[in-house]
Amino acid sequence: MLCGLEVQEIARNQAGSPLDRRSFLKCALASGAALGGGAALGLAGVAEPAAGIASGATSGTQNDAQFVTEAKFYQKLAERKIKCKLCPRECIVGDKERGYCGVRENRGGVYYTLVHSRVCAAHIDPIEKKPLFHYLPGTVAFSLATAGCNVNCKFCQNWDISQARPEQIPAEYMPPRRVAEIAKQYSCPTIAYTYSEPVIFSEFLMDAADAGHEAGVRSIVVSNGYIQEEALKAAYGKMDAVKIDLKSFSDSYYHKVVTGQLKPVLETLVTLRKMGKWTEIVYLVLPTLNDSDQEFRGLAQWIKANLGQDVPLHFTQFHPEYLLKNLPITPVPTLERAKAIADAEGLHYVYIGNVPGHPSQNTYCPKCSKMLVERVGFTASQMLIRRSSCPFCQHPIPGVWHA
Amino acid sequence: MATMRDGSRRDFLRQSVAGAAFLCASGGAAALTTAAPVAAKPGAAGAKSRVVVAHDEMLRGADSKVDSGRMLALLDRAMKALTGHDHPVDAWKTVVRPGETVSLKVNALGGRGLSTNVQLVAAICERLQEAGIRASDIVVWDRESSELERAGFHLAMGGDRVQCYGTDRVGYEENLTGWGSVGSRLSKILTQRSNVLINIPVLKDHDGAGVTIALKNMYGVIHNPNKYHPDGCNPFVADVNMLPEIRSRMRLTICDATTAIYQGGPGYKPEHCWNANSLLVSEDPVALDHTGWQMIERKRAEKGLKTLEAEKRAPRYIATAADNEHRLGTNDPKRIAVVEL
Repeated sequence: MLCGLEVQEIARNQAGSPLDRRSFLKCALASGAALGGGAALGLAGVAEPAAGIASGATSGTQNDAQFVTEAKFYQKLAERKIKCKLCPRECIVGDKERGYCGVRENRGGVYYTLVHSRVCAAHIDPIEKKPLFHYLPGTVAFSLATAGCNVNCKFCQNWDISQARPEQIPAEYMPPRRVAEIAKQYSCPTIAYTYSEPVIFSEFLMDAADAGHEAGVRSIVVSNGYIQEEALKAAYGKMDAVKIDLKSFSDSYYHKVVTGQLKPVLETLVTLRKMGKWTEIVYLVLPTLNDSDQEFRGLAQWIKANLGQDVPLHFTQFHPEYLLKNLPITPVPTLERAKAIADAEGLHYVYIGNVPGHPSQNTYCPKCSKMLVERVGFTASQMLIRRSSCPFCQHPIPGVWHA
Repeated sequence: MATMRDGSRRDFLRQSVAGAAFLCASGGAAALTTAAPVAAKPGAAGAKSRVVVAHDEMLRGADSKVDSGRMLALLDRAMKALTGHDHPVDAWKTVVRPGETVSLKVNALGGRGLSTNVQLVAAICERLQEAGIRASDIVVWDRESSELERAGFHLAMGGDRVQCYGTDRVGYEENLTGWGSVGSRLSKILTQRSNVLINIPVLKDHDGAGVTIALKNMYGVIHNPNKYHPDGCNPFVADVNMLPEIRSRMRLTICDATTAIYQGGPGYKPEHCWNANSLLVSEDPVALDHTGWQMIERKRAEKGLKTLEAEKRAPRYIATAADNEHRLGTNDPKRIAVVEL
């Protein structure tokens, strides 16, 4: 009920501001998500704002100063410029300007994040929605986001928050202790940083993770992995599990469709492996753009060689969004072809996602092939793994299965 | 001129514009230069694009502030030279028609030191009203109201006054509009409050894009300009200007070069600014940008600085805006008629 209550609260605060259609829908969806735990709506990966504030004018409804704190990862340059050291972009930002992410601003030669504790979307989601299939299955995560992103994927489902500047999006002040309190209050064993791109709110994520751990709540992150190594170690070092969106295995795709680079993401995956973080990988399959056999095979071979056979890999179905509305939904046979190739290359846990009811949503033992976790939608309806092993053949099943 | 200086008429106009900052004291008109009629629309085959560069060495008073009367006179000279009309109001009547709603997109990012000059905007508002535009049908705007205030503008919403506020007050369109590499939400000031766009940028060096003048000022219309700064803003600047909602409304660019910056822009750095005391006026934003770029290069050479090309930040988006895919104007010096006054 959390989100519904908060939506009502905000709606009262906005008395006199008539809701337009979009805002009405946001309110309704947010309320519905609260009632149904998010999954009941079938809105996979679609974030709705924490607050059902009428879109449009936003200035004056937020006290910007309370969200501003000095950024952690940057270098000062001459003439009051700075170089951001958070992501591989390394934006050089002049005074009064912002970086590519739109949420960090140079003020007189000091770089600030504008989104600390500035939560624009918050839900209680099943952890399977992230998706994390080998981490505390059947639990829920208190999931939140701020505005902003350090890439610009042409297929983004949440472009209205990820591609916006923070002042354009209604948000709530939710400091780290409050985040931990809410998670605890609603029996969420994890806080999930998700929906937009957590790299760009690293400072908030780090503080919220600390507050969560103090309260006995773990943290997980859903990220593009487009982050520099020092920031990765500092920020994601505080995470208990990580899901990385590996958007393609082609640098030209990263350049044209994502506005980023492949190599730093691969380096992130290797570093996470060395750090011992539980990591799962999602690969969103876009018809004609990243769905060749060659790419699937190259991806699977790279994962096996660099991360091992036990890293879960999710091939997920694309739905037309944002700037790629001209493409069709990914055909299920394409996803099945991707899985077959990855299976053949020796990966043990290859899933098909965003296709409700597909048997490849379930977890099977790689040794005896028995089904170990059955999933219906975002719900783990049956969980047979005991002591991190298959109950039928005792083969170890990697993951964090119990709190 | 007699009509313009009519006391009651002028008083009415003064009362109509927003705040004291917009009030213009009358000043001596500078010598008028008669020029040929305005060139054909940008991109028209065989026609040259006219860029008027009007200069007044005495634009500033003893206190170095811009004299509002001389600013009005400078604007009049420029508009008459651009349009070929002898009377400034007639010149403006070639730009707007009574009943239209006119938005003046200024650039207020540089604070008081390096933003669109308030006296210039006041002068434009005065002439627009004399050309038949109601005060309340004029809106002076940029991205943020706070930036407008810092630049010296007085905010005004509602009533019979000239309107002045940022997009933050009304928001952006919900739906995306796209062209080429760009997908953005547009300011509702542009889409819902105006059918004519007059662009009033500042002549500035830009550390990433090379220069920011007319074309790049349209970044203030979209909700996500931060996404379009890589690669020297190329081709993004050109693509933003191709967005149908922008292109269909764009009528005129009046570039404020009273104070310009040749290095270290776009932020205000007084050590790199100079008082150019000029206006650049054109219907062709590409030709205007090319002309402004050359002015900045000349000043850089005078100061012993490298060219923007040598610094690997030449504004390539200007050529992109002129290419066959965009045809927003011309960057070919042979097809640009620069009229210096």
